[in-house]
Amino acid sequence: MPEMTYAQAIDHALGQAMAEDPRIVVFGEDVVMLRRELYVRFGPRRVRQTPISEAAFLAMGVGAAMAGLRPVVEIMMVDFIAVAFDALLNQATKIRAFSGGKWNVPLVVRTSCGGGYGDGGQHEQCLWGLISSMPGVSVAVPSNPQDAASLMISCLQSEDPVVFMEHKLLSDYWRDYLGGGSRKTVAFDVPENGRIGKVEIPVKPFPPGKGKVVRKGEDLTMFSLGVGVHRCLEAAERLEEKGIQAEVVDLRWASPLDRELITSSAERTGRVLVVDEDYSAYGLSGEIAAVLAENGLRPAFGRLGTEGVIPYDVRREAKVLPNAARIEQAALTLASV
Amino acid sequence: MRMSAETVPVEELYRQMCRAREFEMALARLWEKGLISGEMHLGIGEEAVAAGVVAHLREGDAICLDHRSTPPLVARGVDLEALVLEMLGDPEGLCCGWGGHMHLFSREHLACSSGIVGSSAPLGLGFALASQYLETGGVAVAFFGEGAMNQGMLLESLNLAAAWRLPLVLVCKDNRWAITTRSRTVTAGNLARRARSLGVPARRVDGTRVDRVWRAARWAVERARRGRGPSFLLAHCPRREGHFLGDPMLRVYRDPLGQVLEIAPPLLRSLLARPLSRLASRVRCLGQIGATLGALGLELLLEADPLERSGRLLEPSMRARVEEEARREVEEKVMRAMERRVSRA
Repeated sequence: MPEMTYAQAIDHALGQAMAEDPRIVVFGEDVVMLRRELYVRFGPRRVRQTPISEAAFLAMGVGAAMAGLRPVVEIMMVDFIAVAFDALLNQATKIRAFSGGKWNVPLVVRTSCGGGYGDGGQHEQCLWGLISSMPGVSVAVPSNPQDAASLMISCLQSEDPVVFMEHKLLSDYWRDYLGGGSRKTVAFDVPENGRIGKVEIPVKPFPPGKGKVVRKGEDLTMFSLGVGVHRCLEAAERLEEKGIQAEVVDLRWASPLDRELITSSAERTGRVLVVDEDYSAYGLSGEIAAVLAENGLRPAFGRLGTEGVIPYDVRREAKVLPNAARIEQAALTLASV
Repeated sequence: MRMSAETVPVEELYRQMCRAREFEMALARLWEKGLISGEMHLGIGEEAVAAGVVAHLREGDAICLDHRSTPPLVARGVDLEALVLEMLGDPEGLCCGWGGHMHLFSREHLACSSGIVGSSAPLGLGFALASQYLETGGVAVAFFGEGAMNQGMLLESLNLAAAWRLPLVLVCKDNRWAITTRSRTVTAGNLARRARSLGVPARRVDGTRVDRVWRAARWAVERARRGRGPSFLLAHCPRREGHFLGDPMLRVYRDPLGQVLEIAPPLLRSLLARPLSRLASRVRCLGQIGATLGALGLELLLEADPLERSGRLLEPSMRARVEEEARREVEEKVMRAMERRVSRA
């Protein structure tokens, strides 16, 4: 199993799929440079550079998918999807239902998300809650190279719209372009196991909507996604020193949610902490609470998410985004219940 | 009506350009030191456009800016110390450390900015509408790049401004690049004609010559002020620091060996990835990447510096004095901002 960075793993999986399926085309802003390796390998017919016209080219992806292509449309940062929301909200996710199930839209939206590098509230959002709230779309949020590669393959095999979210803190090139910029004077809290790791080749898909227990524990369960998973693991180490065994679940998908895993783990530990880098209100944590309630479970419940607009100031940003210290604190509070 | 060159306040315009340049360079230094976080898109190269347009504004006029917002803010008279402190994420910054360089707001100057490409135009519509409705005589100016001219909301704004005869000046800073993409490869037609076809009169102007920008902007702002509706200025200007500081494409020029060692091996693997079909096409694509980098390098070499081009309009001794004054003012403001920051920390 070769070692790859998170970003390499995604492009490797994409390249593997493109070599097998000529219907896959990639388009978006700056893809000639951003995906230059795919561009050289597959050429300008399949890796196509767009103007800054998100509304048009995301909807173009919808039409192309309806016509039989397998478009991978890149929205550089998920924040920018706001410009193109109609394509997702009113087109891509509606067509299967509107056509009476006769027409599907196998569209992959690839986008970057997340903060932790001081870029301010318009470029660091996660928005997986907002996007997952639409019926008819799946949302994958990988936390490490193997998951990134396998979830990309799962997305490419989906018969319906999926959004694949690449966390910028885990992606070397994004972190470098947007936060570091070749400077040696800045440092980021990057989880090394998320940034680089072994990837099984050829890459096989993971089942959609299935999470994974990444750390076993009996005292409470932490549910998270993306970078949050690593923050939870870090907090779990600290909690262990205090005699608390925390279970950590990497949900992998914001939608569909792994309801079985959520209920089985919560039932066993009796305490739930949702660690969600996305906005805490009206999102993943509320959804998980609903899943628990609907299954007749009433575990002690807590959530840590982003409250309000993400501040530009890195010191305040670090306090707003879920970090290990805050997770530990919240877990201790829950454990005392 | 043609005005003679003498009426152009060249000294004042050049002063604003120098202040803007010095300020951008100070930001670059702070960023390199790691004191400014995140991306940093400098407006180096856009100083003549900023100074030439903003000179016509008065109280009650609004400016809506993009991710290169500092030169117009400097020219508009926003406190430099507050701007520096904002970049440092300080609670005493212009936006109390909440906005940062892409999200700068000054309510007293009716100045706002956004990192979402194209969004300055529709925001400008709103300020223009308020001026028209409240009969303030104010105008709104929206600054954006030529890359933004392919955003739907910007094209919609051109139409709406013309249809409602709104007092909006749309200033397109054409630096020929949309991040790493050469704009001409993804843009059809002609931008000035595009604006005219939507009923917005347009003028092209050399964006490195502040006197020319000033004249064109006077026409545009006066039109808006007199209730004759929107106009479009297409100002060509260079992008001298890449898309943002640390631009990976610029690094190829500034650290060729390091970059080639990083970029080349995976590209070679792609060239030879199996099944090894269409080798000629792969080589062509590799050539295309090289050509894009070459075009960028050539432009860096050949494009005129607006300070050079506009500075020549002044007598050398006066020019040197203006430059020195701007340098000293900015240096002092940055130092004072740093002192305030340190004293609190």
